[in-house]
Amino acid sequence: MNTTTDVTTDARADARAAQIADEAGERRFNELLASESRVEPSDWMPEGYRKTLIRQISQHGHSEIIGMQPESNWIARAPSLKRKAILMAKVQDEAGHGLYLYSAAQTLGVDRETMFDQLITGKAKYSSIFNYTTPTWADMGSIGWLVDGAAICNQVPLCRVSYGPYGRAMVRICKEESFHQRQGFEILLELMRGTDAQKEMAQESVNRWYAPALMMFGPPDEDSPNSKQSMAWNIKRFSNDDLRQRFVDMLVPQAEILGVTLPDAALRWNEERGHYDFGDLDWSEFHEVLAGRGPANTIRVSRRREAHENGAWVREAARAYADAQAESRRGLVA
Amino acid sequence: MTSPGDSGMRETWPLWEVFVRASRGLSHVHAGSLHAPDEIMAVRNARDLYTRRAEGVSVWVVRAAAITASDPDAKDSFFESPQGKEYRHATYYTESDAVPHL
Repeated sequence: MNTTTDVTTDARADARAAQIADEAGERRFNELLASESRVEPSDWMPEGYRKTLIRQISQHGHSEIIGMQPESNWIARAPSLKRKAILMAKVQDEAGHGLYLYSAAQTLGVDRETMFDQLITGKAKYSSIFNYTTPTWADMGSIGWLVDGAAICNQVPLCRVSYGPYGRAMVRICKEESFHQRQGFEILLELMRGTDAQKEMAQESVNRWYAPALMMFGPPDEDSPNSKQSMAWNIKRFSNDDLRQRFVDMLVPQAEILGVTLPDAALRWNEERGHYDFGDLDWSEFHEVLAGRGPANTIRVSRRREAHENGAWVREAARAYADAQAESRRGLVA
Repeated sequence: MTSPGDSGMRETWPLWEVFVRASRGLSHVHAGSLHAPDEIMAVRNARDLYTRRAEGVSVWVVRAAAITASDPDAKDSFFESPQGKEYRHATYYTESDAVPHL
Protein backbone atom coordinates (compact mmCIF):
# COMPACT_ATOMS: atom_id res chain seq x y z
CA MET A 1 0.00 0.00 0.00
CA ASN A 2 1.28 3.40 -0.76
CA THR A 3 -1.29 5.40 1.27
CA THR A 4 1.44 6.36 3.71
CA THR A 5 3.60 7.56 0.85
CA ASP A 6 0.71 9.65 -0.49
CA VAL A 7 0.13 11.24 2.88
CA THR A 8 3.83 11.98 3.16
CA THR A 9 3.87 13.46 -0.33
CA ASP A 10 0.83 15.61 0.50
CA ALA A 11 2.42 16.77 3.72
CA ARG A 12 5.58 17.63 1.80
CA ALA A 13 3.59 19.57 -0.79
CA ASP A 14 1.77 21.45 1.98
CA ALA A 15 5.03 22.23 3.72
CA ARG A 16 6.49 23.45 0.43
CA ALA A 17 3.43 25.65 -0.25
CA ALA A 18 3.66 27.09 3.27
CA GLN A 19 7.34 27.79 2.74
CA ILE A 20 6.65 29.61 -0.54
CA ALA A 21 3.91 31.67 1.15
CA ASP A 22 6.32 32.52 4.01
CA GLU A 23 9.01 33.60 1.57
CA ALA A 24 6.56 35.86 -0.27
CA GLY A 25 5.32 37.18 3.08
CA GLU A 26 8.82 37.89 4.28
CA ARG A 27 9.69 39.75 1.07
CA ARG A 28 6.58 41.89 1.47
CA PHE A 29 7.36 42.48 5.18
CA ASN A 30 10.89 43.63 4.34
CA GLU A 31 9.58 45.92 1.61
CA LEU A 32 7.13 47.49 4.07
CA LEU A 33 9.94 48.15 6.57
CA ALA A 34 12.30 49.49 3.90
CA SER A 35 9.70 51.97 2.67
CA GLU A 36 8.86 53.11 6.24
CA SER A 37 5.35 51.79 5.68
CA ARG A 38 3.16 50.06 8.25
CA VAL A 39 2.59 46.41 9.02
CA GLU A 40 -1.06 45.56 9.75
CA PRO A 41 -2.44 42.64 11.80
CA SER A 42 -3.34 40.43 8.83
CA ASP A 43 0.11 40.78 7.19
CA TRP A 44 2.77 38.10 7.38
CA MET A 45 5.36 38.92 10.08
CA PRO A 46 8.31 37.06 11.58
CA GLU A 47 7.55 35.23 14.83
CA GLY A 48 10.23 37.23 16.64
CA TYR A 49 8.63 40.50 15.53
CA ARG A 50 5.22 39.34 16.77
CA LYS A 51 6.60 38.10 20.11
CA THR A 52 8.70 41.19 20.73
CA LEU A 53 5.76 43.45 19.96
CA ILE A 54 3.38 41.50 22.19
CA ARG A 55 5.89 41.84 25.02
CA GLN A 56 6.60 45.52 24.36
CA ILE A 57 2.97 46.62 23.89
CA SER A 58 1.59 44.58 26.80
CA GLN A 59 4.35 45.83 29.12
CA HIS A 60 3.51 49.33 28.01
CA GLY A 61 -0.19 48.66 28.71
CA HIS A 62 0.62 47.21 32.13
CA SER A 63 2.67 50.33 32.93
CA GLU A 64 -0.34 52.53 32.25
CA ILE A 65 -2.60 50.37 34.40
CA ILE A 66 -0.13 50.11 37.31
CA GLY A 67 0.73 53.79 36.80
CA MET A 68 -2.72 54.72 38.06
CA GLN A 69 -1.80 53.63 41.58
CA PRO A 70 0.90 56.09 42.69
CA GLU A 71 -1.39 58.97 41.69
CA SER A 72 -4.76 57.64 42.81
CA ASN A 73 -3.03 57.55 46.19
CA TRP A 74 -3.34 61.36 46.20
CA ILE A 75 -6.80 61.97 44.74
CA ALA A 76 -8.52 62.16 48.12
CA ARG A 77 -5.71 64.27 49.62
CA ALA A 78 -5.06 66.70 46.76
CA PRO A 79 -5.03 70.27 48.13
CA SER A 80 -8.05 71.64 46.25
CA LEU A 81 -11.13 70.53 44.36
CA LYS A 82 -9.48 71.65 41.11
CA ARG A 83 -6.40 69.52 41.82
CA LYS A 84 -8.61 66.53 42.68
CA ALA A 85 -10.54 66.88 39.42
CA ILE A 86 -7.31 67.19 37.40
CA LEU A 87 -5.80 64.16 39.09
CA MET A 88 -8.92 62.10 38.44
CA ALA A 89 -8.87 63.10 34.77
CA LYS A 90 -5.24 62.07 34.58
CA VAL A 91 -5.78 58.70 36.23
CA GLN A 92 -8.75 58.13 33.92
CA ASP A 93 -6.46 58.87 30.97
CA GLU A 94 -3.98 56.24 32.18
CA ALA A 95 -6.79 53.67 32.29
CA GLY A 96 -7.74 54.64 28.74
CA HIS A 97 -4.11 54.37 27.58
CA GLY A 98 -3.89 50.91 29.08
CA LEU A 99 -7.00 49.89 27.15
CA TYR A 100 -5.74 51.31 23.82
CA LEU A 101 -2.52 49.37 24.27
CA TYR A 102 -4.17 46.11 25.30
CA SER A 103 -6.36 46.39 22.20
CA ALA A 104 -3.28 46.90 20.04
CA ALA A 105 -1.56 43.86 21.62
CA GLN A 106 -4.66 41.76 21.02
CA THR A 107 -4.41 42.31 17.28
CA LEU A 108 -1.22 40.21 17.48
CA GLY A 109 -3.13 37.19 18.79
CA VAL A 110 -2.72 37.42 22.57
CA ASP A 111 -5.98 37.66 24.51
CA ARG A 112 -6.67 40.08 27.28
CA GLU A 113 -7.23 37.48 29.98
CA THR A 114 -3.73 36.15 29.32
CA MET A 115 -2.24 39.63 29.69
CA PHE A 116 -4.19 40.23 32.91
CA ASP A 117 -3.02 36.88 34.27
CA GLN A 118 0.59 37.72 33.47
CA LEU A 119 0.28 41.06 35.27
CA ILE A 120 -1.45 39.86 38.43
CA THR A 121 0.75 36.80 38.84
CA GLY A 122 3.86 38.96 38.57
CA LYS A 123 5.07 37.30 35.36
CA ALA A 124 4.79 40.45 33.26
CA LYS A 125 7.08 43.43 33.58
CA TYR A 126 5.97 47.05 33.63
CA SER A 127 7.92 50.28 33.90
CA SER A 128 10.01 50.15 37.09
CA ILE A 129 9.28 53.78 37.83
CA PHE A 130 5.86 52.85 39.23
CA ASN A 131 7.50 50.79 41.95
CA TYR A 132 8.57 54.00 43.68
CA THR A 133 6.30 55.49 46.34
CA THR A 134 4.61 58.90 46.43
CA PRO A 135 4.88 60.15 50.04
CA THR A 136 4.37 63.88 49.32
CA TRP A 137 2.04 66.06 47.24
CA ALA A 138 5.08 67.35 45.35
CA ASP A 139 5.47 63.82 43.98
CA MET A 140 2.37 64.46 41.84
CA GLY A 141 4.35 67.33 40.33
CA SER A 142 7.48 65.25 39.84
CA ILE A 143 5.55 62.38 38.25
CA GLY A 144 3.93 64.74 35.76
CA TRP A 145 7.05 66.73 34.95
CA LEU A 146 9.75 64.04 35.09
CA VAL A 147 8.02 60.68 34.67
CA ASP A 148 5.44 61.74 32.10
CA GLY A 149 8.08 63.92 30.50
CA ALA A 150 10.39 60.94 30.04
CA ALA A 151 7.46 58.84 28.83
CA ILE A 152 6.56 61.44 26.19
CA CYS A 153 10.18 61.59 25.05
CA ASN A 154 10.05 57.83 24.60
CA GLN A 155 6.60 57.72 23.05
CA VAL A 156 6.61 60.50 20.48
CA PRO A 157 8.98 58.56 18.18
CA LEU A 158 6.79 55.47 18.66
CA CYS A 159 3.96 57.21 16.80
CA ARG A 160 5.96 56.23 13.69
CA VAL A 161 6.51 52.63 14.76
CA SER A 162 6.18 50.01 12.00
CA TYR A 163 3.21 48.19 13.52
CA GLY A 164 0.03 50.07 12.57
CA PRO A 165 -2.23 49.44 15.60
CA TYR A 166 0.62 50.32 18.02
CA GLY A 167 1.43 53.55 16.18
CA ARG A 168 -2.22 54.59 16.14
CA ALA A 169 -2.53 53.93 19.89
CA MET A 170 0.62 56.00 20.47
CA VAL A 171 -0.72 58.98 18.49
CA ARG A 172 -3.78 59.10 20.72
CA ILE A 173 -1.73 58.62 23.89
CA CYS A 174 0.81 61.33 23.04
CA LYS A 175 -1.97 63.85 22.40
CA GLU A 176 -3.35 63.20 25.86
CA GLU A 177 -0.03 62.97 27.71
CA SER A 178 1.02 66.53 27.00
CA PHE A 179 -1.49 67.83 29.55
CA HIS A 180 -0.04 65.41 32.11
CA GLN A 181 3.43 66.88 31.87
CA ARG A 182 2.24 70.48 31.99
CA GLN A 183 0.02 69.92 35.01
CA GLY A 184 2.96 68.32 36.84
CA PHE A 185 5.22 71.22 35.97
CA GLU A 186 2.61 73.65 37.28
CA ILE A 187 2.25 71.79 40.58
CA LEU A 188 6.01 72.18 41.12
CA LEU A 189 5.96 75.79 39.92
CA GLU A 190 3.25 76.65 42.41
CA LEU A 191 5.19 75.02 45.25
CA MET A 192 8.37 76.84 44.19
CA ARG A 193 6.48 80.15 44.43
CA GLY A 194 5.28 79.26 47.92
CA THR A 195 6.75 79.12 51.41
CA ASP A 196 10.20 77.77 52.23
CA ALA A 197 8.63 74.53 53.40
CA GLN A 198 6.80 74.19 50.04
CA LYS A 199 9.98 74.90 48.09
CA GLU A 200 11.79 72.34 50.14
CA MET A 201 9.06 69.79 49.48
CA ALA A 202 9.35 70.35 45.71
CA GLN A 203 13.15 70.10 45.75
CA GLU A 204 13.13 66.97 47.91
CA SER A 205 10.70 65.30 45.52
CA VAL A 206 12.75 66.22 42.43
CA ASN A 207 15.80 64.83 44.22
CA ARG A 208 14.08 61.45 44.53
CA TRP A 209 12.58 61.26 41.02
CA TYR A 210 15.35 62.64 38.83
CA ALA A 211 17.56 59.55 38.55
CA PRO A 212 14.73 56.99 38.34
CA ALA A 213 13.15 59.11 35.55
CA LEU A 214 16.44 59.04 33.62
CA MET A 215 16.56 55.28 34.04
CA MET A 216 13.14 54.95 32.39
CA PHE A 217 14.89 54.94 29.01
CA GLY A 218 16.45 51.60 29.88
CA PRO A 219 20.06 50.47 30.34
CA PRO A 220 22.98 52.07 28.46
CA ASP A 221 23.14 51.08 24.79
CA GLU A 222 26.04 48.67 25.31
CA ASP A 223 23.93 46.73 27.85
CA SER A 224 20.79 46.67 25.73
CA PRO A 225 21.33 43.68 23.46
CA ASN A 226 17.86 43.60 21.87
CA SER A 227 17.82 47.25 20.87
CA LYS A 228 19.55 46.67 17.55
CA GLN A 229 16.97 44.18 16.29
CA SER A 230 14.11 46.37 17.53
CA MET A 231 15.55 49.35 15.67
CA ALA A 232 15.89 47.28 12.49
CA TRP A 233 12.22 46.38 12.83
CA ASN A 234 11.27 50.04 13.38
CA ILE A 235 9.62 49.24 16.69
CA LYS A 236 12.23 51.32 18.48
CA ARG A 237 13.29 54.49 16.70
CA PHE A 238 16.12 55.89 18.85
CA SER A 239 18.59 54.26 21.21
CA ASN A 240 18.17 54.43 25.00
CA ASP A 241 21.14 56.75 25.43
CA ASP A 242 20.03 59.08 22.62
CA LEU A 243 16.60 59.48 24.17
CA ARG A 244 18.09 59.99 27.63
CA GLN A 245 20.35 62.74 26.28
CA ARG A 246 17.44 64.40 24.53
CA PHE A 247 15.48 64.32 27.78
CA VAL A 248 18.29 65.82 29.89
CA ASP A 249 18.78 68.59 27.32
CA MET A 250 15.10 69.51 27.62
CA LEU A 251 15.09 69.21 31.39
CA VAL A 252 17.87 71.64 32.31
CA PRO A 253 16.20 74.85 31.05
CA GLN A 254 12.88 73.73 32.53
CA ALA A 255 14.52 73.19 35.92
CA GLU A 256 15.94 76.73 35.70
CA ILE A 257 12.45 78.15 35.15
CA LEU A 258 11.19 76.15 38.13
CA GLY A 259 14.13 77.18 40.28
CA VAL A 260 14.86 73.61 41.33
CA THR A 261 18.33 72.05 41.32
CA LEU A 262 18.73 68.78 39.47
CA PRO A 263 20.57 66.41 41.83
CA ASP A 264 23.50 65.68 39.54
CA ALA A 265 26.92 67.19 40.30
CA ALA A 266 28.24 66.21 36.87
CA LEU A 267 25.53 68.09 34.99
CA ARG A 268 27.06 70.76 32.77
CA TRP A 269 26.85 72.14 29.24
CA ASN A 270 29.34 70.61 26.85
CA GLU A 271 30.02 73.17 24.15
CA GLU A 272 31.84 70.68 21.96
CA ARG A 273 29.05 68.10 21.92
CA GLY A 274 26.25 70.65 21.97
CA HIS A 275 24.63 68.68 24.77
CA TYR A 276 24.57 68.56 28.55
CA ASP A 277 26.94 66.07 30.17
CA PHE A 278 25.44 64.21 33.08
CA GLY A 279 26.60 61.78 35.75
CA ASP A 280 26.49 57.99 35.77
CA LEU A 281 23.32 56.40 37.02
CA ASP A 282 23.13 53.69 39.65
CA TRP A 283 22.15 50.75 37.45
CA SER A 284 22.32 48.30 40.34
CA GLU A 285 19.26 50.10 41.76
CA PHE A 286 17.51 49.77 38.39
CA HIS A 287 18.17 46.03 38.27
CA GLU A 288 17.06 45.59 41.88
CA VAL A 289 13.72 47.30 41.23
CA LEU A 290 13.32 45.38 37.97
CA ALA A 291 13.92 42.14 39.85
CA GLY A 292 11.00 42.95 42.14
CA ARG A 293 12.88 44.46 45.06
CA GLY A 294 11.80 48.08 44.64
CA PRO A 295 9.99 50.07 47.33
CA ALA A 296 6.47 49.17 46.12
CA ASN A 297 6.60 46.19 43.71
CA THR A 298 4.61 43.86 45.96
CA ILE A 299 1.90 46.32 46.85
CA ARG A 300 1.40 47.45 43.22
CA VAL A 301 0.83 43.93 41.92
CA SER A 302 -1.26 42.80 44.88
CA ARG A 303 -3.52 45.88 44.58
CA ARG A 304 -4.00 45.12 40.92
CA ARG A 305 -4.79 41.48 41.66
CA GLU A 306 -7.32 42.44 44.34
CA ALA A 307 -9.05 44.90 42.03
CA HIS A 308 -9.18 42.32 39.25
CA GLU A 309 -10.49 39.55 41.48
CA ASN A 310 -12.97 41.77 43.33
CA GLY A 311 -14.34 42.95 40.00
CA ALA A 312 -14.88 39.46 38.63
CA TRP A 313 -18.50 39.22 39.80
CA VAL A 314 -19.30 42.55 38.11
CA ARG A 315 -17.92 41.36 34.78
CA GLU A 316 -19.76 38.07 35.05
CA ALA A 317 -23.04 39.67 36.17
CA ALA A 318 -22.94 42.16 33.28
CA ARG A 319 -22.33 39.31 30.88
CA ALA A 320 -25.19 37.25 32.36
CA TYR A 321 -27.51 40.25 32.14
CA ALA A 322 -26.58 40.86 28.51
CA ASP A 323 -27.16 37.19 27.68
CA ALA A 324 -30.56 37.22 29.44
CA GLN A 325 -31.59 40.39 27.58
CA ALA A 326 -30.58 38.86 24.26
CA GLU A 327 -32.48 35.69 25.15
CA SER A 328 -35.69 37.54 26.00
CA ARG A 329 -35.46 39.56 22.75
CA ARG A 330 -35.22 36.29 20.83
CA GLY A 331 -38.30 35.05 22.78
CA LEU A 332 -40.29 38.13 21.78
CA VAL A 333 -39.39 37.70 18.11
CA ALA A 334 -40.39 34.02 18.16
CA MET B 1 -13.13 36.22 4.96
CA THR B 2 -12.05 37.32 8.42
CA SER B 3 -13.16 39.67 11.18
CA PRO B 4 -10.49 42.15 12.28
CA GLY B 5 -9.58 42.05 15.95
CA ASP B 6 -11.56 38.93 16.83
CA SER B 7 -9.18 37.16 19.17
CA GLY B 8 -11.08 34.02 20.15
CA MET B 9 -13.30 32.83 22.97
CA ARG B 10 -11.37 33.51 26.18
CA GLU B 11 -12.82 36.98 26.74
CA THR B 12 -15.54 37.48 29.33
CA TRP B 13 -17.03 40.24 27.17
CA PRO B 14 -17.10 40.46 23.38
CA LEU B 15 -14.99 42.94 21.43
CA TRP B 16 -16.63 45.98 19.79
CA GLU B 17 -15.29 48.37 17.17
CA VAL B 18 -16.00 52.05 17.85
CA PHE B 19 -16.74 54.76 15.27
CA VAL B 20 -16.88 58.41 16.30
CA ARG B 21 -18.38 61.41 14.45
CA ALA B 22 -16.28 64.44 15.34
CA SER B 23 -18.99 66.97 14.45
CA ARG B 24 -22.17 67.24 12.45
CA GLY B 25 -21.58 66.94 8.74
CA LEU B 26 -18.63 64.55 9.07
CA SER B 27 -18.56 60.77 8.71
CA HIS B 28 -18.18 58.42 11.63
CA VAL B 29 -14.54 57.37 11.68
CA HIS B 30 -13.05 54.27 13.29
CA ALA B 31 -11.53 55.27 16.65
CA GLY B 32 -10.56 51.92 18.17
CA SER B 33 -12.06 49.00 19.98
CA LEU B 34 -13.20 47.98 23.45
CA HIS B 35 -14.82 45.15 25.39
CA ALA B 36 -18.37 45.39 26.71
CA PRO B 37 -21.10 42.91 27.67
CA ASP B 38 -23.78 44.43 25.41
CA GLU B 39 -24.43 47.29 22.99
CA ILE B 40 -25.70 49.67 25.68
CA MET B 41 -22.55 49.30 27.78
CA ALA B 42 -20.45 49.39 24.64
CA VAL B 43 -21.82 52.83 23.73
CA ARG B 44 -21.23 54.10 27.29
CA ASN B 45 -17.72 52.69 27.44
CA ALA B 46 -17.01 54.17 24.02
CA ARG B 47 -18.06 57.59 25.28
CA ASP B 48 -15.77 57.26 28.31
CA LEU B 49 -12.84 55.88 26.38
CA TYR B 50 -12.92 57.80 23.10
CA THR B 51 -14.64 61.14 23.78
CA ARG B 52 -13.08 62.39 27.03
CA ARG B 53 -12.05 65.61 25.31
CA ALA B 54 -15.15 66.35 23.27
CA GLU B 55 -13.85 64.37 20.28
CA GLY B 56 -17.33 63.38 19.20
CA VAL B 57 -21.03 64.17 18.93
CA SER B 58 -22.09 60.64 18.01
CA VAL B 59 -20.76 57.13 18.52
CA TRP B 60 -21.40 53.88 16.67
CA VAL B 61 -20.41 50.49 18.03
CA VAL B 62 -20.46 47.20 16.17
CA ARG B 63 -19.39 43.78 17.32
CA ALA B 64 -15.96 43.05 15.88
CA ALA B 65 -17.17 39.55 15.00
CA ALA B 66 -19.90 41.06 12.79
CA ILE B 67 -17.41 42.81 10.50
CA THR B 68 -16.48 41.10 7.27
CA ALA B 69 -13.14 42.09 5.79
CA SER B 70 -11.62 41.44 2.40
CA ASP B 71 -9.26 38.47 2.30
CA PRO B 72 -5.84 39.77 3.41
CA ASP B 73 -4.02 37.19 1.29
CA ALA B 74 -5.77 38.27 -1.91
CA LYS B 75 -5.11 41.99 -1.56
CA ASP B 76 -3.07 42.34 -4.75
CA SER B 77 -5.59 40.80 -7.14
CA PHE B 78 -8.61 42.10 -5.25
CA PHE B 79 -7.49 45.72 -5.58
CA GLU B 80 -6.01 45.34 -9.02
CA SER B 81 -8.80 46.93 -11.03
CA PRO B 82 -7.82 50.62 -10.59
CA GLN B 83 -4.16 49.91 -11.46
CA GLY B 84 -3.18 51.59 -14.71
CA LYS B 85 -6.41 53.58 -14.84
CA GLU B 86 -4.95 56.97 -14.05
CA TYR B 87 -7.56 58.47 -16.40
CA ARG B 88 -9.96 58.19 -13.47
CA HIS B 89 -8.11 61.10 -11.82
CA ALA B 90 -8.36 64.73 -12.84
CA THR B 91 -4.55 65.00 -12.73
CA TYR B 92 -4.34 62.69 -15.78
CA TYR B 93 -5.63 65.51 -18.03
CA THR B 94 -2.68 67.89 -18.36
CA GLU B 95 -3.53 69.68 -21.61
CA SER B 96 -6.03 71.77 -19.68
CA ASP B 97 -3.58 72.75 -16.92
CA ALA B 98 -3.39 76.37 -18.02
CA VAL B 99 -7.11 76.78 -18.64
CA PRO B 100 -8.83 78.76 -15.87
CA HIS B 101 -11.65 77.25 -13.82
CA LEU B 102 -11.08 73.70 -15.09
